[in-house]
Amino acid sequence: MSPPTDNAFAVAPKPLDNIEAVTIRFAGDSGDGMQLAGTQFSDTSALVGNDIATLPDFPAEIRAPAGTLAGVSGYQIQFSSQDIFTPGDAVDTLIAMNPAALRVNVNDLRPGGIVIVNEDAFVEKDIRKAGFSANPLEDDTLARFTVHRVKINSMTEKAVEGLGLSNREAGRCKNMFALGLVYWLYDRPLDATLNFIAAKFAKVPNVAKANTRALKAGHAFGETAEMFASHYHVDKARLAPGTYRKITGNEAAALGLITASRLAGRDLLYASYPITPASDILHEISRLKKTGAMTFQAEDEIAAVGAAIGASFAGLLGATGTSGPGVALKSEAIGLAVMTELPLVIVDVQRGGPSTGLPTKTEQADLFQAVFGRNSECPVVVLAPCTPADCFQTVIDAFRLAVRYMTPVMVLSDGYLANGAEPWRFPKLADLEPIRIPAAGQNGHEHFLPYERNADLSRPWALPGTPGLEHRIGGLEKEDVTGNVSYDPANHEHMVRLRAEKVSRAHIEGRELIWYGDDSGDLLLVGWGSTYGAIAASVRRARKKGLKVSHCHLRGLNPLPAGLGEKMKKFRKVLVPELNLGQLCLILRARFLVDARELSKVQGQPFTISDITSGIDAALEEK
Amino acid sequence: MSANTKAADVPVLQPKDFASDQDVRWCPGCGDYSILAQVKKVLAKIGARPEKTVFISGIGCSSRFPYYMNTYGFHSIHGRAPTFATGVKVANPELSVWIATGDGDGLSIGGNHLMHVIRRNVDVNILLFNNRIYGLTKGQYSPTSEHGKKTKSSPMGTVEWPVRPLSIALGAEATFAARAIDVDVKHLEYVLERAATHRGTSFVEIYQNCNIFNDGAYGYATDRTAKPDNVIYLEHGKPLTFGRDAAKGIRLHNLRPEVVNVEEVGPDDLLIHDEQAREPSLAYMLSRMRYPEFPEPVGVFRCVDAPCFDTQVRDQVREAQAKAGDLDFDSIIAGPETWTVA
Ligand code: SF4
Repeated sequence: MSPPTDNAFAVAPKPLDNIEAVTIRFAGDSGDGMQLAGTQFSDTSALVGNDIATLPDFPAEIRAPAGTLAGVSGYQIQFSSQDIFTPGDAVDTLIAMNPAALRVNVNDLRPGGIVIVNEDAFVEKDIRKAGFSANPLEDDTLARFTVHRVKINSMTEKAVEGLGLSNREAGRCKNMFALGLVYWLYDRPLDATLNFIAAKFAKVPNVAKANTRALKAGHAFGETAEMFASHYHVDKARLAPGTYRKITGNEAAALGLITASRLAGRDLLYASYPITPASDILHEISRLKKTGAMTFQAEDEIAAVGAAIGASFAGLLGATGTSGPGVALKSEAIGLAVMTELPLVIVDVQRGGPSTGLPTKTEQADLFQAVFGRNSECPVVVLAPCTPADCFQTVIDAFRLAVRYMTPVMVLSDGYLANGAEPWRFPKLADLEPIRIPAAGQNGHEHFLPYERNADLSRPWALPGTPGLEHRIGGLEKEDVTGNVSYDPANHEHMVRLRAEKVSRAHIEGRELIWYGDDSGDLLLVGWGSTYGAIAASVRRARKKGLKVSHCHLRGLNPLPAGLGEKMKKFRKVLVPELNLGQLCLILRARFLVDARELSKVQGQPFTISDITSGIDAALEEK
Repeated sequence: MSANTKAADVPVLQPKDFASDQDVRWCPGCGDYSILAQVKKVLAKIGARPEKTVFISGIGCSSRFPYYMNTYGFHSIHGRAPTFATGVKVANPELSVWIATGDGDGLSIGGNHLMHVIRRNVDVNILLFNNRIYGLTKGQYSPTSEHGKKTKSSPMGTVEWPVRPLSIALGAEATFAARAIDVDVKHLEYVLERAATHRGTSFVEIYQNCNIFNDGAYGYATDRTAKPDNVIYLEHGKPLTFGRDAAKGIRLHNLRPEVVNVEEVGPDDLLIHDEQAREPSLAYMLSRMRYPEFPEPVGVFRCVDAPCFDTQVRDQVREAQAKAGDLDFDSIIAGPETWTVA
C-alpha cells in the first residue's frame, strides 16, 4: 500500500528496476482518448497480476473547446505488488498530451516524478490557452521533475503513414503511441491492447492497423530512445489465491442486479433514464439480455421508477438506477412503494450537487436524501457499497432485504465507485445464498388479506394472474390486514409505526459493517461508502505508527448496525470522514448522543490518504 | 387479448362478478357510474377473468376506479398510471391492463407519460374520463376546460386554451383512438369492447359529466334534441353523416372539413370514414372538429395493427437467449477476461 519512495525513479544504472507501487496519470483533451488509454493500462496491469485502483476524471462536456483547461480529461491508476486501497495520492508519472493537461495536473505530481509531455502540442496558442505566460518546457516550471519531451504527434503521424488515413484519423492514434511508451516504461505486455484493437476496429482494418502501429511505435521509442535510461517493473500482487477479473462499480451493480434475479428465480426489470454517472448500469444490463434481464429506457426518472414498481407489483424484481437529481424526481413514487409495501431497489450513483452540480465528479451528499428525503414518515432501507466490486454484493443484499421486508431499498454508490476499477475475486453462482420469497396465499380466509403480516411484519407478495388473490393497493392509507382504504386515526399511527418497525429490522446480518483494529482506543473513524479505501489505508498507517486508531465502515446506513452506539462509546474520540458537510456525523450524534466530529471534503474528488491521515493527526492532537 | 380466452371449464361471469365489495363513492349522478357499469358489462361479455385483469389509475375522481373492481388494482400517484402499467405489462404480457385517468391526471401532470405509453404502443387500454374540470380538488379549470371558463382558480375566466385529448393521442401515433359519451351507454359499450379487443394501446376519450362542478358540459352532445345535430357516429367505410335523417354530412374542401347538405351535394361527395388508414391525418382532422363549428365525432377514429412494446421487449430477450444457447451464468459473472492467482 505504501507509495514508492522518492528515489524510485532516480536514474539507475540497471535497465529494469523493481518497484512496489506506481501511480500514473494520463491527461489530455477530452478528445485525446485518455480514458481509453487509462482503461487499457489498468486492464493490462490487472491481467499481469497487479492490484489496481483507478480514478477516471473527466469533464461534463463531451467535447469542451480543444486545448482549454475545462476540456482536460484524466485517468489515474495505481498498480502495485501489494494490496492497495486507493488510486494513489501523489502521481509518479504524468503523461500530458497538451499544455492544459500539464497545467491542470502538474501539482499532483510528486517531486522527482516523471512527466512525459507531447512536445508537438506546446505551441504558442495552446500554451496561452492553458494560462501559461511562457512555454513551461523552456522555463523552470518543471524543474522539480524529470521531464521527457516526446514529439508524440509527429511520431504518430509518421507511424501511420501510408494507411490512407485523414489527418484527423491519424491524430486519433496518438493515445496509443503514448500508451505504448508507458507500457515500455513499466514493462507491460502489449497483447491485451493489441487484441482489443483488433476486436474494436475489426470492421475498419486500416484504423486497426494504424492503432497497432502507433502502439508499437510508442513501445519501440521507449526501447530505443536514449532519453529513458531505465524502465521499471512492478511484480504481481500477493492477492489471495483465486480467479480474478477487473470490474468497475457500475459493472458490479449491473451484474449484482442480474445475479439477484437468478438467486430469486424472478426476472429483472431495470428501468432507468440516462443520467451521468449511472447510465453504464443501463448499458451493461441492456447488453446482457441473454441472461433474461429486461431493461426499459423510460421517458423520464419518474416513469423509470414507476415501471420498476409496476414490474414489482406483477412479480418481477423491479429496479431503477439514477443519480441525486433523479432520486429527487423519483421520491413521490418511492413513497408509493413504501405505502404499498412493494420490493424495489434504487441505485443512486451520487455525484456533486446540488441541482445539476458536478455531473462527472464524485460526492456522498445524498445520504440525507436517501434516509429522509420523502414526504411524511417514509423510511426505506439504505445500503452503501465500499469498493467498486462491493457494488455486486450490495445490490444482492438490497434485493434480499427488499423481498423479505417488502420495502424499497436504496443503494448509495457514487461516481468514484461507479467508474473506478479493481481486481475482483468473483464468486460462482452456486456460492451465493438463494433469495427466498415467501409464498402468498389465502391462508384460510374467505377473502385474500393483502396486508396480513408474517413474522417479519411483511405483507404477502401476491401476483396478478393468480386466481383468488385479487386485491387493490394504492397510495391512500391502508387498514392493516385487510388493505382497505382507511382514514381511521389510530390505524394511521399504527401503520406509520409498523412501516418504521419493519424497516428497522432490515439488517444485512454479518455484512452491516467492516471493522478494523481494536474495539476500544483513542480514535474511531466511522465511514461509509466509497471512502473505505482512503480510510482503511490511513488507519493501517496510523496503527503501524502505534496510534490507537480503529476503523468502522458502515454498509448498512438505515437501519444502522445493531450496537453501533456502544461500539463508538468505547473510543475517546469519533471522527467521521465524509465527502459532504457531515451528514452521517449528524445522524450518529442525533441517534447515539456521541460527540462525533466531521472530517469533510466537498471538491468532487475522493479523499486522499493524506487527507485522512491529517484528520487523524489533528483529532489526536486535540486534547 | 390472450388473457380473456373463454375456456369451457371456467364459469361464465356476469358483470356483477367484477364488482368489488367496496362502496362506490362518486357523487350521485356522476357520469363515472355509467362508465363503471359498461366496463363491467364488456369484461363479462368478452370473457375476461378477474385474476388476469389489472386496473391502474393515478389521482382524481376517475382514479378511484380500481377500488370498485374485483380484479387486481393499483391506485397509484398523480399522472403516473401509464408508467406503472408499462411495468406490469412488461412483467406479464398475459395480463389485460386498463388505465383509468382523467383530463387533469392524464393531460396535465401526466401528459408526458400519456404521450409515451401511446407512442410505444404498450398493450393497455386507456380510459380518459374527460369532464373538463378538476373534480376531486373541487372545481379548478383543467387542460380541457374552454378558454374563458370561470372556476375557483379562474374567477375572471381562464386565459388558457384547451387541448384535445384525441389530437394528442393521434399525434403520439395511437394505434387505437376512440371517443364515447358516458350516457350513450350502448355506444359506450361498443367502443369499450373495441378498445378491449385491440392489441396495442387503446385510447378512449369518454365525455363524462361532472354534475357537481361542471354540470352540462356536454349538454350539446347528450341533450335529446341537440344531439343529432352535434354528434357524428363514425362507422368504418361509411360516409360521415349526421342530423335528423342523416341529412347533413361532412366533405373535404381545400383539405378542410365542411358541413354540407347531403341532398344538395349528393352522397358521393361525402368523406368516407376509414379507421384503418395507416396515415392518421384524416383521423387527426376529425379530432379537431369541435362544437359549435362542427358536429363532434364519436366512435373509433383509428384502429391499426402494429407491434406492441411489451411483447417486443420479451421477444428481444428471447432472441438474445436463443443466440446465446445454453448459458453458463458463471461465465457472465466472470466476464471476458480473468486471471488466476495461485
Ligand atoms: S366531483 Fe364530479 S367527477 Fe368527481 S365524483 Fe363528483 S360528480 Fe363525479
